[in-house]
Amino acid sequence: MSDAPHKKQVYLFGTCLIDMFYPQAGLDAIALLELSGYEVIYPQAQTCCGQPPYNSGFKQPALKIAKQTIQLFSTKDIPLIVPSASCAGMIKHHYPKIFTQNSQEAEQAKQLAQRTFELIDFIADKLPYNQQPLHPPIKITLHESCSALREMNVANTWRHVLNKLNHIEVVYPENRQECCGFGGTFSVKSDAISAVMTQDKCQNLLNTGGKYILSGDCGCLMNIGEHLKFEGKKDPCLHLASFLVEYFGLSHEQ
Amino acid sequence: MSSNFSTRIKQALADPQLRSNFRGAMDFLRNKRQLAFSDEDEWETLKKQGAAIRQDAIQHLPELLMQLEQQCLNNGIQVHWAQDGEEANNIVLSIAQQHQAKLVIKGKSMATEEIELNDFLGRHNIECIESDMGEYIVQLDNEKPSHIIMPAIHKNTAQITELFEKKLGISTPEGDVDALIGVGRTILRKKFEQAEIGISGVNFAIADSGTLCLVENEGNGRLSTTAPPVHIALMGIEKVIPNIQALPTLQKLLTRSATGQHITSYLNLISSPRKPDELDGPKEVHLILLDNGRAKISQDQELQSTLSCIRCGACMNHCPVYTRIGGHAYGSTYPGPIGQILTPQLKGLEQEGELLDACSLNGACGEACPVDIDLPELIRTLRHRRQATDTKTLSLESFVWFIWFKIHQHPRLYQFMTRLAALFRSLKLKAPENWSKTRTMPKPAKLSLHQQMKTRSKSKSGGEK
Repeated sequence: MSDAPHKKQVYLFGTCLIDMFYPQAGLDAIALLELSGYEVIYPQAQTCCGQPPYNSGFKQPALKIAKQTIQLFSTKDIPLIVPSASCAGMIKHHYPKIFTQNSQEAEQAKQLAQRTFELIDFIADKLPYNQQPLHPPIKITLHESCSALREMNVANTWRHVLNKLNHIEVVYPENRQECCGFGGTFSVKSDAISAVMTQDKCQNLLNTGGKYILSGDCGCLMNIGEHLKFEGKKDPCLHLASFLVEYFGLSHEQ
Repeated sequence: MSSNFSTRIKQALADPQLRSNFRGAMDFLRNKRQLAFSDEDEWETLKKQGAAIRQDAIQHLPELLMQLEQQCLNNGIQVHWAQDGEEANNIVLSIAQQHQAKLVIKGKSMATEEIELNDFLGRHNIECIESDMGEYIVQLDNEKPSHIIMPAIHKNTAQITELFEKKLGISTPEGDVDALIGVGRTILRKKFEQAEIGISGVNFAIADSGTLCLVENEGNGRLSTTAPPVHIALMGIEKVIPNIQALPTLQKLLTRSATGQHITSYLNLISSPRKPDELDGPKEVHLILLDNGRAKISQDQELQSTLSCIRCGACMNHCPVYTRIGGHAYGSTYPGPIGQILTPQLKGLEQEGELLDACSLNGACGEACPVDIDLPELIRTLRHRRQATDTKTLSLESFVWFIWFKIHQHPRLYQFMTRLAALFRSLKLKAPENWSKTRTMPKPAKLSLHQQMKTRSKSKSGGEK
């Protein structure tokens, strides 16, 4: 792609999980955004959205991190793209509530919330569906994360995008709307319950017989994948962005 | 998680019969509810209306309660105010003593569970028999309800057959539910005749007409409130609604959410004791208005929506945690998501705050709530308050988050730590035991996204610092 000066810009918030454990998902998110005609700005000063302490009851550290993140992504008035429904939900739905109502911070948070999008939702109508490469038929399993289903309400879009692809059969696990058992610190604090939920989810996912387990949330994928590995099974988890990159035959520089 | 809650959770998870009873029952109830709300638009409209009615009632609680009291008095219903469970119990006791009552028959009521009325009356040599089939089963086994709508949902037919055989000496054919109900009916019929007092809960109390509504399926509610000469109704003060126009919306939301029924077999509207020209009905009707911490909640802007609850049980039916551990593990009168927010508010965060941990914030409860209570947000808010008040038990966690904050506050330190993790990625570091009991430890990537993007921006000069 050429870097035309008039190209529209977006920010990417890579998320801390992708940064440390799944950078490929981040690179693939960028590849898809570029394919959709955007120039991606990745500020090096980004860290975490603050959701882990926020959900665990520790509002103060979350608030300070939120403030820092809002400032970082407010230099330019451009969309903020997040390759995770969960972290996108934190910025879009919780940042505006975390500060005192009507304060300057709350206003800034609201502005950022308005231009924050989950990755797949943002590119869903911009992908080159009419230039699909030839593929042998494949069956894939979609894990709709809780944040995608409910807080961000983008699971429908995930389904639509996959259904537009040729020769792809999308299958879903039994109790598809049920949590995989991750829930951030829930997986450690309520480990016994979390373990059972994870086992059930993994069994239901495996029963579908899909080649990959796809989702747009690396938290769920980490929980599912690491459990399957623990069981001595292969980890078929893949971020939706990575699957789409592979599907459209894109490559990216390493 | 430590303590009794954690022990109870482990016990529940280790009981395959209990787990399959709950899984089966919750799947069944969720499906029934979904069929009852198959029209998405109707659901949204009803939910909005229901939420508005309930929110408005909570905002105007004092006025509505005064109006309710006045209208009840006009109708000949005697009204009592109880600040807490002890006061409510004593009011019931004094009415019972006035009538030299020895046997009380009770319709299903979670408020009487909350104040532990059965035990209290028992200590004063007054027998209190549950007449709801599920409650009867639970009482027979010296247990508490495990679900607010289906008290004995933790037991299957075989377990109930065995219980009846053991406790009543009556055997019924295997798997014959009708025979079991027949046994209960025969025993309870006699009790309805003998009881000097009938006690019930209240689903909704209509302020402008002084009417008490009771929603039920078995007819035991109607019998409990009409057969004995005295009827005592106990309600949490939040159950008040302004007028009868508000009832159809709430009734539809309640029964569809609870059991998937469009209407229950019985909808009782009780407006007065027996009138001079009437042949039946109780000669006295008493209404006890129970606060027990509710007034305080109603004044808390952030938490008052807790009181919007119409006790349908949909939140627990949809909760993946409740579905796994069942109601008893919570150790509170109200289990599941509504119990997790209500109990710490009624009994104090220090004592009950631990309940809040058993939630992955997946949002299924909030989505199913027919009066639009944002349960996940309330759980989050209460976690924040718990942290702010309970510094003792959370000190280690506070320290962890302090370190977390220091790292994430400084991007360079954060990047350094990420690199460090990458450097030692091949070391088999010991993961927290709670994670590693069922999962391997995720391995940091060789090069973080930050590092790869730095290289990329140098070669392309497309990034930013």
